[in-house]
Amino acid sequence: MVRSMLFIPGNNPAMLQNADVFGADAVIIDLEDAVSIQEKDAARILVKAYLESIDHPPMKIYIRINGLDTTDYEKDLQSVVTDQIDGIVLPKAKVCDVERLLTLLYKIESETHMQKIIGIIPIVESAKSVLEIEKLAALSRIQGMLLGAEDLSADMELTRTITGTEIEYPRARMAFACKAYKIDAIDTPFTDTSDNLGLIADCQKAQNLGLNAKAAIHPNQLETIHDVFSPSLQRIEWAKRVLKAAKKADDQGLGVFSLDGKMIDKPIIERATKIMESAKRYRLLPVENA
Amino acid sequence: MLTGIAGTLESNDAMITVTPADKLTIEVKSVVDAFYHDQIVKVIKDTLFDSKIANISVMCQDKGALDYTIRARLLTAISRMEEQNG
Amino acid sequence: MPDTERGFISATNYQSQERILIPEKAVVDKPVFLGSIKAIFDQYHITDGMTLSFHHHLRNGDQVLNQVCREIQIRGIKNLTIAPSSIFPNNAIIAELIEAGNITNIRTNYINGPAAIPIDQGKLKGLLLMDTHGGRARAIESGDLKIDVAILACPAVDYDGNGSGTEGLSACGTLGYAQSDLRYAAKVILITDTLVNRVKQIDFDGKYVDAIVKIDSIGDPEGIVSGTTKITKDPVGLKIARDAAAFLYQAGVIKPGFSMQTGAGGTSLAVAYQVRKMMIQNQIHGSFASGGTNGYYADMLKEGWIDQIYDVQCFDLDAVKSYRDNPRHLAISASKYGNPFEKDPIVNQLSFVALGATEIDLDFNVNVTTDSLGRLIGGSGGHADTAHGAAVTIITTTLAKARLPIIKERVTAITTPGEDVDVLVTERGIAINPRRTDLIDKMKNSQLTIMTIDELMAISHQLSGIPQAIKKPGKVTGLIVYRDGTILDQLYQRL
Repeated sequence: MVRSMLFIPGNNPAMLQNADVFGADAVIIDLEDAVSIQEKDAARILVKAYLESIDHPPMKIYIRINGLDTTDYEKDLQSVVTDQIDGIVLPKAKVCDVERLLTLLYKIESETHMQKIIGIIPIVESAKSVLEIEKLAALSRIQGMLLGAEDLSADMELTRTITGTEIEYPRARMAFACKAYKIDAIDTPFTDTSDNLGLIADCQKAQNLGLNAKAAIHPNQLETIHDVFSPSLQRIEWAKRVLKAAKKADDQGLGVFSLDGKMIDKPIIERATKIMESAKRYRLLPVENA
Repeated sequence: MLTGIAGTLESNDAMITVTPADKLTIEVKSVVDAFYHDQIVKVIKDTLFDSKIANISVMCQDKGALDYTIRARLLTAISRMEEQNG
Repeated sequence: MPDTERGFISATNYQSQERILIPEKAVVDKPVFLGSIKAIFDQYHITDGMTLSFHHHLRNGDQVLNQVCREIQIRGIKNLTIAPSSIFPNNAIIAELIEAGNITNIRTNYINGPAAIPIDQGKLKGLLLMDTHGGRARAIESGDLKIDVAILACPAVDYDGNGSGTEGLSACGTLGYAQSDLRYAAKVILITDTLVNRVKQIDFDGKYVDAIVKIDSIGDPEGIVSGTTKITKDPVGLKIARDAAAFLYQAGVIKPGFSMQTGAGGTSLAVAYQVRKMMIQNQIHGSFASGGTNGYYADMLKEGWIDQIYDVQCFDLDAVKSYRDNPRHLAISASKYGNPFEKDPIVNQLSFVALGATEIDLDFNVNVTTDSLGRLIGGSGGHADTAHGAAVTIITTTLAKARLPIIKERVTAITTPGEDVDVLVTERGIAINPRRTDLIDKMKNSQLTIMTIDELMAISHQLSGIPQAIKKPGKVTGLIVYRDGTILDQLYQRL
């Protein structure tokens, strides 16, 4: 599970070579909206060369290819589908598009004898996609879903607002589907990179509806996104105590036990375990200063 | 003469211009000339060799691009040049 | 004659040396009022071979040094030594004087811009001597640097000759770098554009002042104090700053009563910002901040997060105002700041200092004097002073700049010896000087990416490729003088 996915413009060497340093849990190298039509070829070749140069990066790597309604997507896939990446982010995704993509991925993977099975993250950014959310989540290889609120509100002919009422429904629907299929629910990017308070509020809204991650369009948004979507220190402390008590109960042969007057059973222990795993993965375990 | 150009003059990028020629000529102007001139020329030569291209004039204006960026920009410039030449 | 015979022994060698003090200059009853800069030359018979000194508190807006240079040119005076505490891009006229032989020797703590070019070209007939801020004070008080005439810009002067840095058209704040010149030069002239009956705060004691000259403008306020210095927005710089602060916290440096100094640039300010975040999060108050100061520190003082500021120069208007209005914002002389022979210089009281580097080598020697081609781009300033005095010295830098790795096998010029440099923080990892077994031990359970400096250099070579060696330099054009007067390194003709 991730907390953040950072968009990196595919035609920008300075950003690419620092992609592993910004601290995002995952990067989405963008061949679509961040690249002008005249530079699609340059971006594709640069990203291919970049992928060939890296070795065990600390973050997951996704590529946003051009949509299946363009003439670029096939060349995109030929260039980037390698063992170096974790998945493809598919714009304007509908079920039929994902199914087509699955066929293409399978073909490239077998032709090039790849070790990896490349995942897919569909972007929900049209009215039709919203109606297909559960079907999308159920498809093979889906690792998460990304909400694209700008294009979605355009499709819906709604105005984007800071309060985000117009996207509450797709946010919530996506959250439920992703939770049911145990995949990442990634919130739409917050477009005002100078408004940190607005970013915090937007993250909290998404979190309150059940999403577990947010896309970032600038590295400086990552600290705030991680603050909101990481388990808090209190939560981690609680999880530690639960697991400690669980071990004690286990040693004593007890199945169910209580902590702070509350009954602790298997689902709660699982939740605590997940929190500790996140804490370890994101290096959140508090280090004592000397 | 139909040229191919790729890349920008932004930091860590290289702008590469290629034109068909009678023989191989490589010209490099880099902000880190004293330190990476030979390496940049080598990357250009190796890329041309791998692409089986010999008769080409390459002009590289480098702003501190890493090897793979130079290779990518050169390949793009060549591809654009070839597209123009039909 | 500067002590060019003694090579650098160690950063602590001064501890076994005696402090040398020449007598202070003659006290003056009443200063003479002169009508122009021209008049100074006539009154004090400025001739070939003399040593003239200046301070750099007006930074890139200074007009005084330039006007004096113009007058030297007009009169055709030759073989002068100039000793400005720093030289900036707007002092380009110095290049002309070097080429024409008016100036044959320069002694300064920092040089950047066109004035450096003829020196790199080997056209300075004598030598460029580069001191640290603390070392320049030592050089003056010991007679190493004998000043014939100190020409000191001063924002406001009164009729008793007292000078102030906080009043006047070109208020620039504290005047720390000029205090030794004021006391030990044979003759002291104040140049001002604002004469008042009585200055409110005395930064220059009038008893040392021989003459006062009022001109229309001593400098351009835009170039003197740069509005407000802003924290960098560069994400890589911010990451480095975050990691530097985290390191300091985990190493136990940020604890109640700690003291700090960071440089003036965007990344250094980001370090200060991150440290302040830690202070707020953990409710830790500091004792003082020092250095060149800016509005950021003025705010920390106002909000009570630190008790005092020890200020040797102001970088922006907010710092000037704070120095003027806040009784806990104190001025210090360059000597009190970093002279190794002072009893307890401020730098020795620092819990940490965060500094930059153009190069650092496997022995942790740092270069901030030249670029990797050996061309002059700066100088120690307070770098070597604070690095020695501070309990923990952190260097923050990206691993490479425009592809070129910052970590070298050997720096092109040594500004600060590695024995005083403790930690290197880059965006790809942190290296601790092996001498600091205490820090290595404290950080052994840290989740920060800590490795040897050799490993960090290997990473930069993997990414950038190994840089070619540059061609061998030409003749010696200057010397890097350590704080104690010994010669740390040489500068060479590169163009």
